[in-house]
Amino acid sequence: MNGLPLLTVLTLVPLLGGLVVIGLGAEQKRLARWFSLGLSLGALALTLALWHQFNSISGELQFQERHPWIPTLGVEYRVGVDGLGLLMLLLSAVVVPMAMLASWRIEERVPLYFALVLFLEAGLFGTFTALNFFHWFIFWELSLIPAFFLIKLWGGPMATSAATQFFLYTMVGSVALLLAFLAIFLCTGKFDFTELADMGRNGTLTSALSDGLGWKQLNSRPLALIIFAGAFLGFAVKVPLIPFHTWLPPAYAEAPTGTTMLLTGAMSKMGMYGFLRVLWPIFPEEMHWILTPLLWLAVITIIFSASAAFAQRDLKRVLAYSSINHLGYCFLGILAIAKFTGLGAASATAKAAVLNGVFLQMFNHGLTAATLFWFVGMIERRSGGVRGLNDFGGLRRIMPVFCGLMGIALFSSLGLPGLNGFIGEFLIFKGAFALVTWATALSAIGLLLTAIFILTILERVFNGPLNATWTKMPDLTMRERVVVLPALALMFVLGVYPQFVLGVINSTVVQMVKERTF
Amino acid sequence: MDWIVQQLWLIPVVPLVAAAVSALLKQRQRRLSASLAVGSMILALALSCAALINAVVHSGTGSTARQVVNFFWFQAGDPQVTGTALRLGWILDPLSAVMLVMVSLVGLLIFIYSLGYMAHDENFTRFFCFLSLFASAMFGLVIANSLLLLFMCWEIVGLTSYLLIGFWYHKPSAAAAAKKALITTRVGDLALLLGMVWLYSKTGTLLFYDGGHGCLEHSALATLAVQTTSLGLAVSTGIGLLIFCGAIGKSGQVPLHVWLPDAMEGPTPVSALIHAATMVAAGVFLVARVYPLMAAQPGGVASTPGALQVVTWVGAITAIFAASIAVAQTDIKRILAYSTVSQLGFMMLGLGAGGVAVGMFHLITHAFFKALLFLGAGSVIHGCRDEQDIRQMGGLRKLMPVTFATYAVGMLALSGFPLIFSGFWSKEEILHSAHVWTAPAPFYLGVVAALLSAFYMTRQVCYVFFGSVRSSRHEAAHISNSSIPNKSEPPHVGCYEAHESPWVMTIPLLVLAAFSVLLGFLGTPAWPWFQGFLGGERAAGDLGKLFEGDVLRLMVLSSAVVFVGLGLGWWLYGRKPVRSADEPDVLEPLQPEVFALLKRKYFVDEIYEASVIRFSAWWAQVCACLDDWLWNGVVQLLSLLVVGLAWLNRYFDEYVVNSGFDAGCRRLSNGGVLMSRLQCGRVQRYLRLFGVALTVLVLLLIWGCGAP
Repeated sequence: MNGLPLLTVLTLVPLLGGLVVIGLGAEQKRLARWFSLGLSLGALALTLALWHQFNSISGELQFQERHPWIPTLGVEYRVGVDGLGLLMLLLSAVVVPMAMLASWRIEERVPLYFALVLFLEAGLFGTFTALNFFHWFIFWELSLIPAFFLIKLWGGPMATSAATQFFLYTMVGSVALLLAFLAIFLCTGKFDFTELADMGRNGTLTSALSDGLGWKQLNSRPLALIIFAGAFLGFAVKVPLIPFHTWLPPAYAEAPTGTTMLLTGAMSKMGMYGFLRVLWPIFPEEMHWILTPLLWLAVITIIFSASAAFAQRDLKRVLAYSSINHLGYCFLGILAIAKFTGLGAASATAKAAVLNGVFLQMFNHGLTAATLFWFVGMIERRSGGVRGLNDFGGLRRIMPVFCGLMGIALFSSLGLPGLNGFIGEFLIFKGAFALVTWATALSAIGLLLTAIFILTILERVFNGPLNATWTKMPDLTMRERVVVLPALALMFVLGVYPQFVLGVINSTVVQMVKERTF
Repeated sequence: MDWIVQQLWLIPVVPLVAAAVSALLKQRQRRLSASLAVGSMILALALSCAALINAVVHSGTGSTARQVVNFFWFQAGDPQVTGTALRLGWILDPLSAVMLVMVSLVGLLIFIYSLGYMAHDENFTRFFCFLSLFASAMFGLVIANSLLLLFMCWEIVGLTSYLLIGFWYHKPSAAAAAKKALITTRVGDLALLLGMVWLYSKTGTLLFYDGGHGCLEHSALATLAVQTTSLGLAVSTGIGLLIFCGAIGKSGQVPLHVWLPDAMEGPTPVSALIHAATMVAAGVFLVARVYPLMAAQPGGVASTPGALQVVTWVGAITAIFAASIAVAQTDIKRILAYSTVSQLGFMMLGLGAGGVAVGMFHLITHAFFKALLFLGAGSVIHGCRDEQDIRQMGGLRKLMPVTFATYAVGMLALSGFPLIFSGFWSKEEILHSAHVWTAPAPFYLGVVAALLSAFYMTRQVCYVFFGSVRSSRHEAAHISNSSIPNKSEPPHVGCYEAHESPWVMTIPLLVLAAFSVLLGFLGTPAWPWFQGFLGGERAAGDLGKLFEGDVLRLMVLSSAVVFVGLGLGWWLYGRKPVRSADEPDVLEPLQPEVFALLKRKYFVDEIYEASVIRFSAWWAQVCACLDDWLWNGVVQLLSLLVVGLAWLNRYFDEYVVNSGFDAGCRRLSNGGVLMSRLQCGRVQRYLRLFGVALTVLVLLLIWGCGAP
């Protein structure tokens, strides 16, 4: 573009900034906070500049940088974004400052905390821009390590075990992913996503795999499926899908609020991004072979997580399951577009609708879930760590502003029209109904269950007689309102004028669907 | 195109702005908030009247009677392919014009009434904010020319209903009722959503009318009617039924009616506006809006379409089911709530059997007289200091004359008192169309429900307004008060000190009463202007129509039914008024079991409690347990396996590898010690050892060599 390698700069800003912050003395708390916030806002500004310069007519990868690195291994440094990557960059850049502000009151080892958050942001940016498996995987793992320490060192009473489980679980997934890609590399000599996607599209990848690794009975189909399963596991754990999700509720519940916001707002999108950027383009055939079991997995994820959320008694755990539920709709959408439907124009339209919906839902979920966790964090801080569903009651009387604003976020999560949650879900359902009818119809039950548990939160926490323990609970301060209002405003804007995002991602969607019409 | 059509969007936006501004106001800025709300409604009413005039001018002129404005909302898919741009729009046709005027007029009156009714409420500002938001969404629903836009407004209307039912959120019953209302209606809404996406995927548009390309226009309907699903159902019928499920939820039809009576936990103006006149009628409006889809038939088939049959039957069953429950209720608002459910059933029956005009006429007349009844009930409740039990009232005729007079008008209109009151004409029309419908049963159900309506309204009026003032609670309070003189709580005065309500509350009552009478004359068989307007043709006045055999016979029959109902009610409750509040109902001794069944509302709530709610709670627990034990169990098992392996490894290391190595070392060092003992440095010992060794060696040699 204009010569400046914007994407590299974007990744380096938090990475180098984190190194600076980590060097600060433990008593320089104010400096660490403000400097880190400034860096994350700088990254946000840079992302907005990218958003502005992005050519939304074209669905191609833009801002590309390509430098040879280890040519003998097929490794090069290659970054670039299309509408999907850009949207994820924007989401990360929005969520990170929010998470920092939510962590403002942390008093222990402040520079380390904020440095880790910055490293995590660098990991996110790297993951969403990298186009070569080699450094993509480095960033993928880089984001994991700060998250582990953030949970373990600043988390609740059970944080150590939650962090360990989170780390090991995700690590298993990553190892499976790594092995899968090594197998692919052995057969094809390629690490580049777009080149591999080309092979996946014209079907040469499967045959290359069986030629390169075929062994006794283990030829084409089972072998390809095993490699697919490895890559799938890596992403499924990260999203997560049921039954690969058991790390999530404890991790979300034990992590400090700011970290939970990062986990749900940005990191859970890494899995979805992986499905869209890596799995679906490279393994279209494999996905098609086992589409029905995968659809069951999506339906189970949606219904079980919503039902389990209904049975939880800890607000953070309710929201954690709700998070799984919302990403379940994205997964359903991805499966709908992975279906082979032939070249019909009607199915291309349906697929474009679904994919737009999936992108939007990813963004919306990140925004809404992060905001909701912020609110729960506020309750928790005021109550001194209490956050049970039944521990409150009648909070509307003493904290009307808090309840009103959190109510907006809750209704956004419920999918109320006029707020952001609705459009994404509508587009997914609209397209998926035409493509995978039965699974979509079953998934609609999830929407009802979501309403039940969200209204239960409203009933138990906000309504009813005021619980005498909390009569002194203060309402949101002006400063807190300023923190949360931009997020809520964004919810309204996206709900009323979704074209603002769709206009940027639509060309990418059309391109993706066109490239993979089967 | 006319200015009003272009600017129709102002009607929902004006109250929306009022709502947004009053959301930001402080609690104490009561006057500003209320004036914003009322002002926005006046503006909306003026615009609605302009819209109605426009629609009347254009009516009867064929396709121009339907004026639409569509606009682009967002693009999802290849711009070069048609049907990827999502467009919304608004429509001005007789149906939306009539609804607009009804909603804005009733809404305005209820807003004014609320000024008095809610005057002492601490959340007055918030109340008007929610009401304005409701009005905005309702207007949006009415003018929507896209099923998607309609659905969005439909959901927001549901939200405001939730907020207003739970307006007194500190009451657990109100909070629970609000939740129940939203969840129950959402069951229907999900079916509606599926119907909508199905329709979208089949026709590629959700615009109702779009110059020949809309989903309710001929080309789309013709394709939908001939396609069949795997079950043999026409696609149009399947979609129609799913959409109707949404209407069942919103309009409180059986079996999703359970939320509506509970919704009476909200303030009475809310019950009047949302849960009687406008929102609950949205389901009926929806069916009227998508009527072409429901009625779609492949060419040449003459039978009644399946979707409309379902509508008719559901309506008829709801009408009688709810009317029979109303007979045994004692809460003044719940009687009206069941009456609303029953009347909504009538509307559905009219839609299914007679068409849009028949159902819509009853919707409009009902909106006025039911709003009147609710506001009258509110006035009674206000006068009696929040007493809602009709057994505790009585004799209010003299204490609240204006309320009584207007209530009586509303009651007669609802009962369908012949010739004068609007309810008669609209209900008569429904019965007429049910009479000529394919199956006879809905007609008879409707007749019995009409009889019951007259009966329960008479019962209620007798209880509330006739006889003498009675209040057992008052007496109880009186006794306890005299025994404990220093009780700080003021005595429960009940209806003894009932007073007429202030003019802000009575004037809306008078206006509504006037409309409850006059509206009927717009749709008599002699001059069916309303029906003609909705049907797109000019109606001619012809008094002779009233005396045609069929029409006359039905009029006589329905008059007879009404008189029987009124007479029976008067005979049982009015002839000798109830004296004491604890006296059992007159009907109770006659059939105690049946009365109990009705009083307990056929145990529907209990059945749902025992089945659906228990099941979902159980299912949630199962899911949570699966999570804790199965999924987590597998993970834990795996991790235990790994840990076990690690232990095994450690033991092997420590006891096999390590101890073997240690033992070897120890032996080596022992050997060293042993050896070192030999190196003691004493020459004598060396020599002794030497000597012994030499001897042994020599002996061995000798022995060994001699052996072979």
